[in-house]
Amino acid sequence: MINIAIEKKMRTYQGHNILKVNTSIAPKSIIKVYGASGSGKTTLLKIIAGLTLPEKGKIIFNDTPWLNTDNNFNLAVQKRGVGMVFQNYALFPNMTVLQHLEYATKDQQWIDRLLHFGQLETMLLHKPEHLSGGQQQRLAILRALATKPQLLLMDEPFSALDPEMRVGIITELKNLLNELGITCLIVSHNPLEIDSIADDELCIL
Amino acid sequence: MDWSPIWLTLRLAGITTILLLIIGLPLAYWLSNGRSFIKIIAEVIITMPLVLPPSVLGFYLLIAFSPQQGFGKWLSEHFNIQFVFSFPGLVLASVIYSMPFMIGPIKSALQQLPLSLSQASYTLGKTPMQTFIKVLLPNIRSSVLTAIVLTFAHTLGEFGVVLMIGGNIPGVTRVASIAIYDAVENMDYASANVYSLLLFVITFAIVMAVFIFNKHAAKSPLE
Repeated sequence: MINIAIEKKMRTYQGHNILKVNTSIAPKSIIKVYGASGSGKTTLLKIIAGLTLPEKGKIIFNDTPWLNTDNNFNLAVQKRGVGMVFQNYALFPNMTVLQHLEYATKDQQWIDRLLHFGQLETMLLHKPEHLSGGQQQRLAILRALATKPQLLLMDEPFSALDPEMRVGIITELKNLLNELGITCLIVSHNPLEIDSIADDELCIL
Repeated sequence: MDWSPIWLTLRLAGITTILLLIIGLPLAYWLSNGRSFIKIIAEVIITMPLVLPPSVLGFYLLIAFSPQQGFGKWLSEHFNIQFVFSFPGLVLASVIYSMPFMIGPIKSALQQLPLSLSQASYTLGKTPMQTFIKVLLPNIRSSVLTAIVLTFAHTLGEFGVVLMIGGNIPGVTRVASIAIYDAVENMDYASANVYSLLLFVITFAIVMAVFIFNKHAAKSPLE
């Protein structure tokens, strides 16, 4: 179970906004996160990952405290075992597809399987600048899965995929998440696209 | 024709550049992350040599390291180290004087990288050091090269600060720029011309090399 109770002040185009989330997430579930632009969906993912600090809050993952602002405790991002797909992909311009995955894991069999899943086997030596938007997005998903995280945070992970590829990736992703027992939060502007795999939803106001 | 000023100049520029690369990379990384009062002060101090007359910097270094008084006397008595009128003094002055040329391009390149690159690396379990070496540094390669060349070229052309702390001792502190001045003072225009031409050719060649290396990035060495 993941218990999240956080509060963070945010600056948006409309002025100041307070992101308030108080929820519990069942283990191994897939959660659809949605809400208006600027509501704080990306910020929430970054807070859970340990990349942004809220003013107030507690996060407990399977009885392990990750964050408690009351006693200034903040578990380092490296120790949280979180995988993250960034909205801008955050691919490393200096690395090829293969190097991205080898940077994340030494497990060659797992890398081969991920490459098959993302249909990037023929792109091993290509750097991000030579990949299409959809290929870049798939690489970002593969890299986040490469460490076999206990929690996967995905920020608009399917936006650049064509409809046919999207269905295939989403179906296969569901199987992988089930197999590895990964809990997953997916932010989407188009909630319908992940309705088929989501177990629950979280609306950010 | 005395070739020692050219050799000395190249040696000074080489050592200064290597030392500044070692000092500059971590310092630029530190300065590129966030903003605090202490970082502003550090940045001001590093930038000062860009606007301060070299003779002012040279004068204060001369006073600070004079073996007759204070810190310089202490260094001389306890460690037998003398910076004034010596090659190590030239290196110290050059490191301080050329520091903004090494730090500036590297810091600004690091600041231009998206923050999400580091964040993505951290979520893969990598430490800030691993992230710096494997992700950040390779992606600012052209800016590091620019910084190296600017530092080297700037050290080649030093005059005021070198003259103040090093004087004009043949084979020890007489670098090419001072040798040119000395030759002109003695009406030896032929030697001055040879030194000048050599400095011109060396500088032209290294700046040209950077333009060629960075041509795909369409960057000038001053970017």
